[in-house]
Amino acid sequence: MTVADVAFYAFALVTVASGLMVTLSRNPVHAVLWLILAFIGASGLMVLMGAEFVAMLLLIVYVGAVAVLFLFVVMMLDIDFAALKGQITHAMPLALLVGVVLLLELGLGIGAWVEADGAMSLRDAPAPHGMDNARALGLILYDKYIYLFQAAGLILLVAMIGAIVLTLRHRKDVKRQNVLQQMWRDPAKAMELKDVKPGQGL
Amino acid sequence: MMDGFLNTGLGTAVLILAQSLGVIAFVMLSLLFLVYADRKIWAAVQLRRGPNVVGPWGLLQTVADALKYVVKEIVIPAGVDRPVFFLAPMLSFVLAVLAWAVIPFHPGWVLADINVAILFVFAVSSLEVYGVIMGGWASNSKYAFLGSLRSAAQMISYEVSLGLIIIGIIISTGSMNFSAIVAAQDGNWGLFNWYWLPHLPMVVLFFVSALAETNRPPFDLPEAESELVAGFMVEYSSTPYLLFMAGEYIAIFLMCALLSLLFFGGWLSPIPGLPDGWWWMVAKMWVFFFLFAMVKAIVPRYRYDQLMRIGWKVFLPLSLAWVVIVAFLAKFEILGAFWARFTLGG
Repeated sequence: MTVADVAFYAFALVTVASGLMVTLSRNPVHAVLWLILAFIGASGLMVLMGAEFVAMLLLIVYVGAVAVLFLFVVMMLDIDFAALKGQITHAMPLALLVGVVLLLELGLGIGAWVEADGAMSLRDAPAPHGMDNARALGLILYDKYIYLFQAAGLILLVAMIGAIVLTLRHRKDVKRQNVLQQMWRDPAKAMELKDVKPGQGL
Repeated sequence: MMDGFLNTGLGTAVLILAQSLGVIAFVMLSLLFLVYADRKIWAAVQLRRGPNVVGPWGLLQTVADALKYVVKEIVIPAGVDRPVFFLAPMLSFVLAVLAWAVIPFHPGWVLADINVAILFVFAVSSLEVYGVIMGGWASNSKYAFLGSLRSAAQMISYEVSLGLIIIGIIISTGSMNFSAIVAAQDGNWGLFNWYWLPHLPMVVLFFVSALAETNRPPFDLPEAESELVAGFMVEYSSTPYLLFMAGEYIAIFLMCALLSLLFFGGWLSPIPGLPDGWWWMVAKMWVFFFLFAMVKAIVPRYRYDQLMRIGWKVFLPLSLAWVVIVAFLAKFEILGAFWARFTLGG
């Protein structure tokens, strides 16, 4: 076994085991932490495949930002775990049914898998010779598929505006900080020095 | 004979191990004097003497402090989530050290010369937020939890502007490798070839964002003593606390290294004719640490809403606009290779 093999098995084991722990752990915050470990394992696998740019983006975007939001939401949730566990027995037959159907579908799908000739040799899809994969990705994304890329950006923008519009409400009953007003205040008008006589007060 | 041994598998492993230990030793030794320098500068600004008892001029004060932390009792509050509680300080310390793997100090002196080095540093520093969140949540205390929420929001906000500023540098260089970025700043004009001149407004933004990203004053809201006691570190004592503090200082020193590599030419000499080398890199890092310490001493703490406003309403638009401007200037090669260093073939 080479070093790369050892690293592959280590990362694969970490990814699968932490994926399993996401579903098994009782505490939802622990589940999210295991999910983060699964992300990190997956990005390690991507580095081994030579896709270091995608691996770093996975770390920055998913682990560094999206999973933090997950963690926030889960930490803030006020869940009564005893009540939840009581309901598990009720939902168990339905959950089992869904699980079995999903497993069967997966099995059928993978069983009917037909592989094109020479697909195995293409699966690495390495970057063009003498070019690191960040540059190769950039050339494809910004030259060849620039309109699709821009369209994806526009869709995200629309989604963002929609989310803001849905949640925006102006409350009249809160004190707002007007920073510009605060910065432009004149100290001479804001403060007054008084000469207080002892024993008299203002 | 030595060459023969180093070419074998075991020899390579020994060599990599020795190099890693060398970098860690440099970081830990710097850490000792960083804390000392921080306290000494802070004291000098406030007309105090600072640490002056342990060792000559108090130089060994940090060693004494570290020993004190290690031999103290670890207090574990009731109701903490033990594994997460102890994982958090270790995570923040390990991640802070990990980012140094891609920092070059001298031509060729780098542990891992990977071509996405900037992204690696960025990814690791975005993971550092987990040390804070996990510590705050596992402590089972309101102060710690509020501190960790503040800290996480702050770190995520300022990461956005840091990332956009770095994109400007990447556009100018055409590479994400630190060695290539430093090589692109080499020229006949010494310090006027460095990126601080073409990217001048972003130097200031990067410096301020680095302060916020590492939770340094004036943006140390997560541990604002006046309102949150010590933020996410309230419940920590002894060695775990030491790890948190060490991780924080190492992250600050990493930001100093990034500033010198990205904007101030890394190991390049500022005056043409003087030899380049690691001494310039270390000297620049210490100069920036001096600035960080001075900011801590001089600037009063921001209000939380001001901090968020600066991050999202001032720094984000400015750095985004700068990315567009630099892309334009580099594409059309305004002023030759002033912004488009990649045309020089670096």
